[in-house]
Amino acid sequence: MSAQPVAEAVKELSMLKQKEMIAGNYELLATAKEKGRKVVSTFVPGNLNELMMCFDVVNNLPEINAIQNAMRKKSGAFIMEAEKRGHSEDVCTYVKADLGSIAKGNLGPDGRPLPDPDLLLLSYTGCFTFMKWFELLREQYKCETAMLHVPYEGDGHASKNMRDYVVKQIKEEVIPKLERVSGVKFDIDRLREYLKESSKTEQDFVWVLESAKNKPSPIDAYFGGVYYIGPIFTAFRGTADATEYYRLLRAEIAERVAKKQFPVTPDGEAHEERYRLVVEGPPNWTSFRDFWKMFYEEGAVVVASSYTKVGGIYDQGFRHDPDHPLESLAEYCLGCYTNRNLPARIGLLEKYMNDYEADGLLVNSIKSCNSFSAGQLLMLREIERRTGKPAAFIETDLVDPRYFSPANVKNRLESYFQMIEQKRQGAKAPASAAE
Amino acid sequence: MTTTAEIISRCQDLFDDLHFTYAREWKAAAPGRKVVGFMPFYVPRELIHAAGALPLGVLGGGDQLEVIHGDAYYQSYICRIPRSTVELGVTGRLDFVDGMLFPSICDVIRNLSGMWKVMFPKVKSRYFDVPQNYRDDVGGAFYVNELKELKEMLEEMTGRAVSDDALRASIAIYNESRRLTREVYAFRAKQPWKAPSADVYLLMRAGQTLAVEEHNRLMKEYLAAAAAEDRPKRDNSRVVVTGVFCEQPPLNLIKSIELAGCYIVDDDFMLVNRWEKSDVAVEGDPLKNLADAYLHNSNNTSAKYEPSEAKKGLYLVEAVKSTNAEGVIFACPSFCDPALLERPMLQHVLAAHNIPYIAFKYAENSGQMQPIREQAGTFADSIKLWSNQ
Amino acid sequence: MRCFIGVDLGSTTTKAIVMDENLNVLGRGITNSRSNYDTACRVARYEALINTRFTLFHQGLSKLPGLHGRIEDFLADLERSFRLEQFLEQLADLEATCQSNAKGDRFKGREKAIREALEAIFVRLREEAPALFAPDAKRKSDFFRDIAGSRFMAISQEVATASGLSYDLLLNVYDKAIIDVENRPPAEEMRDKFLRALARVTASSAAIKSMTDQVSVLVRDALEIPLEDTYLVGTGYGRVTLPFSKEHIRSEILCHGLGAHMMYPDTRTVLDIGGQDTKAIQVDASGIVENFQMNDRCAAGCGRYLGYIADEMNMGLHELGPMAMKATRTVRINSTCTVFAGAELRDRLALGEKREDILAGLHRAIILRAMSIISRSGGVRDQFTFTGGVAKNEAAVKELRQLIKENYGDRVININSESIYTGALGAAAFARRAVEN
Repeated sequence: MSAQPVAEAVKELSMLKQKEMIAGNYELLATAKEKGRKVVSTFVPGNLNELMMCFDVVNNLPEINAIQNAMRKKSGAFIMEAEKRGHSEDVCTYVKADLGSIAKGNLGPDGRPLPDPDLLLLSYTGCFTFMKWFELLREQYKCETAMLHVPYEGDGHASKNMRDYVVKQIKEEVIPKLERVSGVKFDIDRLREYLKESSKTEQDFVWVLESAKNKPSPIDAYFGGVYYIGPIFTAFRGTADATEYYRLLRAEIAERVAKKQFPVTPDGEAHEERYRLVVEGPPNWTSFRDFWKMFYEEGAVVVASSYTKVGGIYDQGFRHDPDHPLESLAEYCLGCYTNRNLPARIGLLEKYMNDYEADGLLVNSIKSCNSFSAGQLLMLREIERRTGKPAAFIETDLVDPRYFSPANVKNRLESYFQMIEQKRQGAKAPASAAE
Repeated sequence: MTTTAEIISRCQDLFDDLHFTYAREWKAAAPGRKVVGFMPFYVPRELIHAAGALPLGVLGGGDQLEVIHGDAYYQSYICRIPRSTVELGVTGRLDFVDGMLFPSICDVIRNLSGMWKVMFPKVKSRYFDVPQNYRDDVGGAFYVNELKELKEMLEEMTGRAVSDDALRASIAIYNESRRLTREVYAFRAKQPWKAPSADVYLLMRAGQTLAVEEHNRLMKEYLAAAAAEDRPKRDNSRVVVTGVFCEQPPLNLIKSIELAGCYIVDDDFMLVNRWEKSDVAVEGDPLKNLADAYLHNSNNTSAKYEPSEAKKGLYLVEAVKSTNAEGVIFACPSFCDPALLERPMLQHVLAAHNIPYIAFKYAENSGQMQPIREQAGTFADSIKLWSNQ
Repeated sequence: MRCFIGVDLGSTTTKAIVMDENLNVLGRGITNSRSNYDTACRVARYEALINTRFTLFHQGLSKLPGLHGRIEDFLADLERSFRLEQFLEQLADLEATCQSNAKGDRFKGREKAIREALEAIFVRLREEAPALFAPDAKRKSDFFRDIAGSRFMAISQEVATASGLSYDLLLNVYDKAIIDVENRPPAEEMRDKFLRALARVTASSAAIKSMTDQVSVLVRDALEIPLEDTYLVGTGYGRVTLPFSKEHIRSEILCHGLGAHMMYPDTRTVLDIGGQDTKAIQVDASGIVENFQMNDRCAAGCGRYLGYIADEMNMGLHELGPMAMKATRTVRINSTCTVFAGAELRDRLALGEKREDILAGLHRAIILRAMSIISRSGGVRDQFTFTGGVAKNEAAVKELRQLIKENYGDRVININSESIYTGALGAAAFARRAVEN
């Protein structure tokens, strides 16, 4: 990789820290049984990490495991294994990658087996498939399951009824089960401490996201964004490590802003910012690098994305609040992106288009994720109508390599970028020889 | 005395009419009348009824509706029911409907509730969330409030309050509806040759459109007429069909299964008709009674969380045993998350109870019945050949 | 003369358009895409330049008042003569290649026999060549491979029998050689070929009797006009590595949109049903794409679907439309999947449905699929342009007109017999736009 040494050296610190943290958590998972620690599996949307930390359990996220497998090009085989065992081609590929991986020894990215969970914390937030996923895992492991039903914000906001319901479930269902499984008594003050730490983290995280408002943007808020959301969405929110990570990251990016640098890519610093885009939808994981390259080699930078809100929306004012711990957890769960109704999602994307001065919207429609995908065509047209900016639509998948066709994707992306370019030229000078 | 043919012919007309003439006429018959559409799997129809409105089941456009505009809203890897429902909407076929309820059956229908708000802002659209926690003080408390909010929405729509008495009266009528529905199903399970499934299906579909009082009468008539008619008994295998709780298969598919040598003795078409297993209490707080019935006395389906691993899937075993069925046909719509994700778990449970099964997928507008007939026929034969193992 | 060239590399055929600086189309060229895209591109371009020369000849000859009404006949003679020159040139290449390939272990002991057999075959091919390009000669195809191939096979059968050599052996030599010949870029010098063709034709053409000298002069003058390669833009399907540098490439969607606009300046919606993909494009008043949707993952509703049906019914592709037009009732075909369409077709036939009715239903199914994609792209706005091979199918067009009327109301529907050049036309227009002065 050819990279400018000075810029890279500064960036390395936060990346290194993150690598350490991730490796550390997989170490905890691999050694959990022998060290007598309990393992709790849960989901990224509605990830009650601070609460789990109160019980000294290790946080296992099957979605992240599926992503890890995909980026290591292993998910394809796991999905086919699951399909051989009777799972439909039509359903979520995260689920199939997970089940297939379990059938093949459930190895983590470090090659060591992941532990059987002691508790499945079914945070039923923003996605129907979650319910079935953990029912399937429960069938497999015959372990305890705690259902946390986080009602969908059908009217575009969280109601008191919804918050009370979630809080009650945390009190009556989740905490008792965590206590039983871990043997640790719940201490609400401990939770408050962790939440206090979280809110510090959230502050810096939002600063990082909003740095993309600069021209040029110092970050790519989709591909690069995937790394930035890691600690806060996974097993680290509420830890001093996470706070440190975001402090480092913020400093690095502040320096990039000062030097008016372009985002870092796998091929070094990007060369230009020709197109500023908002992207809706999760990325493709099996061809992540190739997909990213199709953007930066055309000078396309993503300045805001909905995917970086899937584990919680922090840039609209919400902070975890140690003074109202359980209510705060409830609000956090309710506010995750896919738990918001369609009009609210449209509103958020429109806001991003304006606040981040984007040239257009790109929708990456995921074949196996109905939660994100159903309705995206309407969203696309609505945003075009409201902002007057062009939008484009590509279709890929999360972790099934059979559904990423580089030629098709590149074709559509190039056409879209050229479309924007032609519109700009048309706007600048009146039509030339044509008419 | 009417014959089943006459009754079913009427039901067929209602089924074929994608302009919902009956519902339009019902609305026009008196001033201030409102119509509330709802999608599968469950809504408390008695609440709509108590508000003086007509609950109208919207189950997609079926195989006679060509979808042109609806496809502009959905990618090809999403099932057909939302696109045909959108088609019904944008072509004006639902322009008389004042409210739309979208139950918490899956993410596609969930998101459709939001789409409907954007596309038809004048219609009162509501996502109807049922509890996945079954404790009275937790899920129950939440659900009672959900019901209250729905009640308030209906009151706002109709301009009148819904009294507890009105609600109790409606519950009573729907109790009757559910009793009659259970009776029809029991009749069919006992003497399936007297109640062809295509007929029963059309009778049940009629209940999604007709005013409940009228439908109750119709079901009574059907039971009497079917009992009186002599039909040849066939040596068919008895099967339970499952997976059909949302996007509906073409009528031909149901006919094909029976033509191939099966009697459908239970199914999960239109779960809302028999959702509560027995009468909902009429004394006391009606909202609380509805909540109690939901939490403790209702059927099971994929979209309803099963808290106990030991009990998972037993509802299907129960359906097989109670109707003396010999096997299960999993008929799932393509791309249907609830049906397809659930299927492997149900299949494992059936296997553990030595109940044979087959599985296939369909779409609302499937045109090829040959593979269905083949599979169902082979299944029916294999059941007969190996039923003594 | 400044020339702006657009090349469209398709999966089956490659097209080229030559345009002048006033956006007038001077020439069109088409060839089969074969395995070497670089060659396909050069051949298409070459053909377009030949066509351009003919346009220039036409312009030049129009100055001769006495030639009115006979220019077309003369140019047709000249073209046939030119094609004959081209053919003879390629034939010579084919002979040389065949001869050099007929060496090695496989042919041990029979080299002399084969050499002589090949000589004999090619003598006869050369002899009969002029007849292949006679005024009333009928050909199934204009591509060298098709013409030379069928004649080679026929003649070599006789020669094989006469010489006692195996027919397969000769065919084997041909098979190896034709690919090389086909993939060799054309000798692009055309002037001498034109002159030879001109000489042959002025001697015999009835059309220009008594004016041969003036005609020769005007044709030679037109040949001298320099055609400057000012700018070239290429387009084509994404999976092809286009043999152009980045500044010279425009996406096929943009080229298609602009090309449709060049043909019909008031068009706003364009539908292209190709062999393998379907594109719905919305363009603005200057032909720039505003929105598009593609069906590129699935063959349902594409030209291939019809090809599959034609195979299933044992019919020619061009016979499907006319038969479907004879339908008397509607048969609803619900399978949009190409793979299952055949099964549904057999099902219906078995149930006693008539072939014409089923075919009408199948045509409707394709168009319904296209309608989905159009509606996702933004619907059918006035004017609507329909391009691609399927646009030549009258039954498909009938269904389309009906569905548009039912769902979008009255729209002007444009269909052009030259629509296969839409992409290349747009590319050429982009080439012109790229050079502002």
